[in-house]
Amino acid sequence: MTSTATTAPGNPDEGQSRRDFLIVATGAVGTVGVGIACWPLIDSMNPSADVLALASTEVSLAPVQVGQAITITWRGRPVFIRRRTAEEIKKAQADDTANLVDPQPDKERVKKSEWLIMVGVCTHLGCIPLGQKPTDPKGEFGGWFCPCHGSHYDTSGRIRKGPAPKNLEIPPYAFLNDTTVKIG
Amino acid sequence: MTRKAVLSALAALVLATLPAAAAEAPKLPKQAWSFEGVFGAFDRASTRRGFMVYKQVCAACHSLNLLAYRHLMGVDFNEAEIKSIAATVEVQDGPNDAGEMFMRKGIPSDKFKAPFANEKAARAANNGAYPPDLSLIIKARKGGADYVHALLVGYKDAPANVKVPDGMYYNAYFAGNQLAMAPPLNEGAVEYPDGTKATVDQMAKDVVTFLAWTAEPEMEERKRMGVKVLLFLLVLTGMLYALKRMIWAAVH
Amino acid sequence: MTAPTWKNPVVRWIDQRMPIFTLLQHDAVEYPTPKNLSYWWNFGSLAGIVLVIMIVTGVILAMHYTPHGTMAFDSVERIMRDVNYGWLIRYLHMNGASMFFLVVYIHVFRGLYYGSYKAPRELLWIIGVLILLTMMATAFMGYVLPWGQMSFWGATVITNLFSAIPLVGPSIVTWLWGGFSVDTPTLNRFYSLHYLLPFIIFAFVFLHLWALHTSKSNNPLGVDVKQPGDTIPFHPYYTIKDTFGLGVFMIIYLGFVFFAPNFFGEPDNYIPANPLVTPSHIVPEWYLLPFYAILRAITFNIWFIPAKLIGVVAMFASILILLFLPWLDRSKVRSARFRPIYRQFFWILVIDTIVLGYVGANPPEGNFIPLGQVATAYYFFHFLILIPALSLFERPKPLPESISAAVTKAMAKEAA
Repeated sequence: MTSTATTAPGNPDEGQSRRDFLIVATGAVGTVGVGIACWPLIDSMNPSADVLALASTEVSLAPVQVGQAITITWRGRPVFIRRRTAEEIKKAQADDTANLVDPQPDKERVKKSEWLIMVGVCTHLGCIPLGQKPTDPKGEFGGWFCPCHGSHYDTSGRIRKGPAPKNLEIPPYAFLNDTTVKIG
Repeated sequence: MTRKAVLSALAALVLATLPAAAAEAPKLPKQAWSFEGVFGAFDRASTRRGFMVYKQVCAACHSLNLLAYRHLMGVDFNEAEIKSIAATVEVQDGPNDAGEMFMRKGIPSDKFKAPFANEKAARAANNGAYPPDLSLIIKARKGGADYVHALLVGYKDAPANVKVPDGMYYNAYFAGNQLAMAPPLNEGAVEYPDGTKATVDQMAKDVVTFLAWTAEPEMEERKRMGVKVLLFLLVLTGMLYALKRMIWAAVH
Repeated sequence: MTAPTWKNPVVRWIDQRMPIFTLLQHDAVEYPTPKNLSYWWNFGSLAGIVLVIMIVTGVILAMHYTPHGTMAFDSVERIMRDVNYGWLIRYLHMNGASMFFLVVYIHVFRGLYYGSYKAPRELLWIIGVLILLTMMATAFMGYVLPWGQMSFWGATVITNLFSAIPLVGPSIVTWLWGGFSVDTPTLNRFYSLHYLLPFIIFAFVFLHLWALHTSKSNNPLGVDVKQPGDTIPFHPYYTIKDTFGLGVFMIIYLGFVFFAPNFFGEPDNYIPANPLVTPSHIVPEWYLLPFYAILRAITFNIWFIPAKLIGVVAMFASILILLFLPWLDRSKVRSARFRPIYRQFFWILVIDTIVLGYVGANPPEGNFIPLGQVATAYYFFHFLILIPALSLFERPKPLPESISAAVTKAMAKEAA
């Protein structure tokens, strides 16, 4: 900063330090102002209120029979809801001790063992595994099979064989009552 | 001399236009609104009553397309109330797996259900007149809240020399004075749960307060923020002025 | 002027390969600026800052806007209601446009008063007029985007003007529309161009500053810089003065944004566009009103040329005439301070443009028609006849010796 001849009255040192203070103080207040002004611009890119309103979905489970599976959309992705048979539950629990790619006991993956709720996106590269419809291939472990690169998931949605590294994701959900679940 | 000629010509002609400019519309009575001024806010009780008037009187013909039920949180309706208000309507959803559209109960994220499927249906049901959507009506009319209020209470008998055709109604404030909407508010049309007397003027005030909110739901936050920002700027600009004077002292 | 040696090694490394820091030092820090500039000289930097604000808010709005006839209006309302701070960004952009024109019009009138368009600043002035034209095109297209009644009908009226061009007019209009009326194709291409033009403005501003830094700034006395004592370095003097001016501007601008955000607007634009219903009064935004008045002032045919075409030509001519100002005004004296007759007609021009704005805001009926015609006549008379005549016959007041002499004299007078 070019300095010019100071013609400040009184003690020149005092004038200079008063000047410095004002420069620093004004600079600080100005910087704070600019920072605060930037926040709305950045926050506007965060999910808007209408997107957030669809962030959770309530699903009625009443029409789902034992052994039946439904797919619903949540946050733009498919969510598998399967009402497991007693056999499927037993098999899932028994395999807790098997050699698992991504070890996780079945009871950690369900809140009510009858209802398995998972995000239907393969953890390998994002395809949607088959197994929801009765006519779909279910893979070697009776759960789901991803046709893209051959990942096999068991009746707990755990990866058993194939390139996927992790079990099918469990979304946050809560039972509002026996027949309604809120996902997200 | 040329200067005087030009200025006089302009001044005379400007004055000649003033009567036309002024004779635009009748004087609009000014109301006192809770939401006007730097610290204005939407009176919550009035807004609730206004919502009731909208729902029971206006919603029969006028849509509120830009609002979703969840937006009512902005005027302090709670989640349970909103869920139950939404659940009173049936909305179309679908297609289902069979490819068919179906009806289901409303949920908070749904937009307010419109009384008619589209503009043509609305016109067909109203003798060719289209009841406008009310979401932005307060911002979409010159005079804003004062105008809409005046219109709602402004129905009167036509003067002797004016013939009002069937299906039209004389209104002192509507442009052209003839309005296809029958007077919508009658004393006691709505029963307010908080005991307020439902006079025409009261209902008009309440529904206008509600509609002022639907048009500008951000208003309270906007004014609050404005006060803080302007105070901040006054301080900062004052400091900048002091700094400017200090730096320029060397030159002066 | 030797390049300074930078202490910071990173700065030095960059500067050796691309001397941006040396450039900034020369053109933003040391740049010799007349020491007598008044606050009327703040408006250039203000305009530049408003341009940046418009681009930033505009880019963010573009993240949420949909340029299709069936969705545009609703997408803007979604911004207002659901996007975080969307209402703020929208109102900043909407009122920023009005502020941009307010600042630029004051900047232009400053130039007219102090003779900033005269040699050697003719090219600077011409680039400025090009900036103004591009701003007007940008603002016109931007106003169409919300797809309200005024958006749609303003677009219809103004694009229809081009049908006045003989022979090819109607084809040009169809080409502009991308169809047989203003519709989604028109909206979509206006959106594309509205996004593009501000960057053209940005490039023009760069050229404008380059031209300015070549001839250096004018000053209220209109007298050339003669000695180093006439100037002071841009930093810190004008950086702090411009920042203070920015603070005052922000108070006014944000006062509108937070407390009267629809002051400059038209209620009709909050009604979704309806091709079957024309609003009772079609008006452009306030900053285009004077030109709208000139367009409508020509109500008579001249020979075989239809009134509509003459009106269009007059409207464009009213801006293009500014390009010729350095050659219309031959007075050797720049500043109106020393041109007592010119000064009075300058103020009449200011009043005249305000009157034109008033006429433009009202329907072309009754007494508004002769008023608009007289005001339009004066406008062209001012530039085409008055200014050249004054430059021949006016006797200017004697100019001061130099800026320093005038400043010293003024300071002595103040001390006495």
